[in-house]
Amino acid sequence: MMNLERMTQHAGEWLRGAGPHSEIVISSRVRLARNLAGYPFVGRSNRRQRAEALARCREELVSGRIGSDLLWVDLCESNELDKQLLVERQLISRQHAKGGRENPRAVAIDADETFAIMVNEEDHLRIQVLRSGMQLGPAFDQINSLDDSLEEKLDMAFSPRWGYLTACPTNLGTGIRISVMLHLPALRLTGEIEKVRRAARDMHLAVRGLFGEGSEAQGDLFQISNQTTLGRSEQEILADFQHAVVPQIIAYEQQARQALLRQRPAQLDDKVWRAWAILTNARVLATDEVLTLLSHLRLGVNLGRIDTVDIRTINEMFLLTQPAHLQKLTGCQMDPATRREARASLIRQRLGVR
Amino acid sequence: MKRKCDLCDRPATHHSVEILKGQKIEKHLCDAHAAQEGLAVKAVHKPINELLSNFVKLHSGAPAAQDLECDNCGLKFSEFRESSLMGCPQCYTAFEVALTPLLERAHESATHHIGKVPSRAGASEMRQQTITRLRKRLDEAVAGEDYELAARLRDEIRKIEGHDPGEVDPDEARPAPSRAKPSGRDTDDTAEKHP
Ligand SMILES: [Zn+2]
Ligand SMILES: [Zn+2]
Repeated sequence: MMNLERMTQHAGEWLRGAGPHSEIVISSRVRLARNLAGYPFVGRSNRRQRAEALARCREELVSGRIGSDLLWVDLCESNELDKQLLVERQLISRQHAKGGRENPRAVAIDADETFAIMVNEEDHLRIQVLRSGMQLGPAFDQINSLDDSLEEKLDMAFSPRWGYLTACPTNLGTGIRISVMLHLPALRLTGEIEKVRRAARDMHLAVRGLFGEGSEAQGDLFQISNQTTLGRSEQEILADFQHAVVPQIIAYEQQARQALLRQRPAQLDDKVWRAWAILTNARVLATDEVLTLLSHLRLGVNLGRIDTVDIRTINEMFLLTQPAHLQKLTGCQMDPATRREARASLIRQRLGVR
Repeated sequence: MKRKCDLCDRPATHHSVEILKGQKIEKHLCDAHAAQEGLAVKAVHKPINELLSNFVKLHSGAPAAQDLECDNCGLKFSEFRESSLMGCPQCYTAFEVALTPLLERAHESATHHIGKVPSRAGASEMRQQTITRLRKRLDEAVAGEDYELAARLRDEIRKIEGHDPGEVDPDEARPAPSRAKPSGRDTDDTAEKHP
């Protein structure tokens, strides 16, 4: 049986550092918003209606047809640290973590964390599939069949004209949100990241950071997702990402990497080896600094400038150095100052130095 | 004194500071607006609130939208404006007139769903989607002055719409993407465009 304690030791499948184009595409994510027909949306439901909807969804989810080794986390019963841990692992939203006991809500997570289903977030069901590398196709197939099997038993709110009805009209229609997490350090170093942002905006795409709002630049990790959910089919939106958006950005980043190698090899190596030097020697490290250093180290490994560490270890450190993971791993609550020390020590340990 | 939300008069419960291009940006938001920010994207995403206020400004001469209320859950359109959240599935029908231009702006001019239909909802929606698709192509053909194609598309739509919605044609049972028939609802785009 899986549990949160065991989960903490490693990153989920999506940070495995494998899959197509994983030198640039960290992960692929597809999310569907669904609501039960016959109930008000969660925000306008009273406690009884929320509890009823939750029980109805739970019944279907834990019946075994959806996944045999499903972890059901009742968020009303969870402590703050556990909820924070799930947020850091991208298994629940910050919004879902908030809210007290009077708000019945949960998340169902499968054993390898490829999918998670939030119940009673803004919508009754928020299904997500998360995979490492550029795997939008398989992710979409998986979520589509998950959705199919849920629909066999649950009536979803749907209108012929508007499609799947969602609490917020920005999700209306397909209810689909497709995102890719991209590592773009060379575009950042060469100052071209703004071009990507502008291009994304022109294509009606949203750009966010690893941990959502306000973390846009951290670790040079960028999350790109669709904003239009009405009037275009799932396949059309998916095809945009697979054939236009992602290959284009990968090509830009690769060009920038080659340009750095050709024109500024010494400066590039300096960034990479400085990152290694600090990460293996520092005694006090803040999250922001760590993310920047890990980003440079990751670039160095991908370009073959350093081979003292592998990509998977670096990917895991992006996650394990986050506050909740750090506290779970060390087994105690810590203030920010103590965390910075524990972070530095965890990194030295993971990088094989003391 | 308690700080108010940057976007409304409710007390701010979420505070954040970020550095953007060397400039410090402070944000103070209420629960509802913070939740919205979670979905939104700075500088790229147009918050639905802004769309709404633009819409309301645009149509300030027609305050009727404000009086709309959902029979099922009792949500008023003015409350939706405040929270950006619908109360229940029926709200979409209750607020349809006011929502249409708003949704068009949020979703690149889309007026109808195209995509997955729950298997339980039956095949009639699929046909309706086919008509929507054909109409879209028709608009493009007319705009591109391809009148030959437009005429063919018009014929095709007429043929599909000519079917009695209540009658089940055995031909319809097999998957034929070019065939469709309307269900009870009006799918004519022009009838739903806001003045
Ligand atoms: Zn507010
Ligand atoms: Zn309603």
